[in-house]
Amino acid sequence: MEIDPFIFRLSIFILSIFIGYYVVWSVTPSLHTPLMSVTNAISSVIIVGAITAGLAGNSNSEFTISNILGFLAISLAAVNIFGGFLVTQRMLQMYKKKKKDK
Amino acid sequence: MSANLSAIFYLISGVLFILALRGLSSPETSRQGNFFGILGMTIAITVTFLSIGSLSSGLIYVLIFLLIGGLIGAIIAYKIPMTAMPELVAGFHSLVGLSAVLVAISAFLNPEAFNLGSPGSIKLASLIEMSIGAAVGAITFSGSIIAFLKLQGIMSGSPIIFRGQHLLNALLLISIVVLTYLLCSTQSSNFFWILLSVSFLIGFLLIIPIGGADMPVVISMLNSYSGWAAAGIGFTLENSALIITGALVGSSGAILSYIMCKGMNRSFFNVILGGFGATEQSATSGDKKYRPVKSGNAEDAAFLMKNASSVIIVPGYGMAVAQAQHALREMVDTLKKNDIKVTYAIHPVAGRMPGHMNVLLAEANVPYDEVFELEEINNDFANADVAFVIGANDVTNPAAKSDPQSPIYGMPILDVEKCKSVLFVKRSLSAGYAGIDNDLFYKENTLMLFADAKKMTEEITKNL
Repeated sequence: MEIDPFIFRLSIFILSIFIGYYVVWSVTPSLHTPLMSVTNAISSVIIVGAITAGLAGNSNSEFTISNILGFLAISLAAVNIFGGFLVTQRMLQMYKKKKKDK
Repeated sequence: MSANLSAIFYLISGVLFILALRGLSSPETSRQGNFFGILGMTIAITVTFLSIGSLSSGLIYVLIFLLIGGLIGAIIAYKIPMTAMPELVAGFHSLVGLSAVLVAISAFLNPEAFNLGSPGSIKLASLIEMSIGAAVGAITFSGSIIAFLKLQGIMSGSPIIFRGQHLLNALLLISIVVLTYLLCSTQSSNFFWILLSVSFLIGFLLIIPIGGADMPVVISMLNSYSGWAAAGIGFTLENSALIITGALVGSSGAILSYIMCKGMNRSFFNVILGGFGATEQSATSGDKKYRPVKSGNAEDAAFLMKNASSVIIVPGYGMAVAQAQHALREMVDTLKKNDIKVTYAIHPVAGRMPGHMNVLLAEANVPYDEVFELEEINNDFANADVAFVIGANDVTNPAAKSDPQSPIYGMPILDVEKCKSVLFVKRSLSAGYAGIDNDLFYKENTLMLFADAKKMTEEITKNL
């Protein structure tokens, strides 16, 4: 019997949870705020679904509700992607080591 | 682009996201990590465009909406003050939640576009995944909105409790399962809309009973939810980048919630059920009114610190509210010029989100190797001359160790009491979030500095 592709996706999912578990425990507590903002940004990869929804099946130039919802989702996710990565960048730039001489 | 090739690229972007989180294990590698994250996102978006192939008239709209969103995001990222990070993160979570909901609705209305079957006969597995993604997304959305409003101060930070609250929440959660079952067995869109409405309601009800200082747990929890929502949608769309990311973010948020709960010695359920700090006031306010405290002014504080050889700073939410981090760093600079050793001690739940204090100190150019976590620095208090507590309260309360009756009993605290002298910058003697008195205020070696944190710190610097 062939294995359902769902099982493969489930495997990826479960293994990723474990990776997430170990990776996140190794994040230094002082970077927990950037961790939240960057996880925020990457979870907006949901934009791939939004793009698919926005571009779905419109050979004529009429848009369905489904397309429009896709467009809205694209905007929301894009706010998050740009906002999330940039604000993380801004925060990380502030973390500096002690200067030896002053 | 063939489906297999794009699947490989999605996998690569998933791996890059893992590296992005991995980079955060130290400040040196963190910027590189963020770059990996951006790269992963760029790959995922590009591949999505390429795999759709026929560049239809919708493309231009997709790009326009992408740019509008991106522009808004970029402006927010540059304008936002660091003290507003908790609100910002809560706001961003709500957007992830809402876009998960929108994608789920879109897939429900037009399943052909996602290879999920046709309207009215969507594949069972997809329907379940879609329902989970949509429900969790909706909970994330409305929950984050409430968290945002509370953090922003538009809504009162105090818990809103009513009778039968837990029962109502439990019933609504059960109804989600029932609705999902009905949706799958009938394919009727009505159930889908009811499911979404109930989920929005749950998110709202779940967060209103939770008070302001429990926000670190709430934000982490919503972070986790936004991940699970993304993963749910990832299963629906059969997209590994989304599944990997969802799992990463989901477990990240869960771990942060756990760390925050441990920092308060409370169980996750105790926090989620809410109402903390609202019912405790009566417990202690009876007999111990009108106890004498020693209060001083900036001159006294400056005198004490000038004669110290080591000072430990304990910042809390009050510092963020007063925006005192820059003034604080100037004071510390002056102290250092007088050869006084200064370090910072951060309690895990100080502030309104994980790592809140660290970011504010970093913003004020405090080097991160002078900032220590609770376990690293707690033994140093006994050898330090002065503890300068600025805007923190409950996290220093010795009752957490000595009084089993106290609501915060068992919570790990910073051993400020062991210092030779303690300076408390606080606006009044009022109790902290937990609604309990702090014995430290009345100790012989404690000097209370009643003032706005920023003004007081500036005054002290002048007197040094």
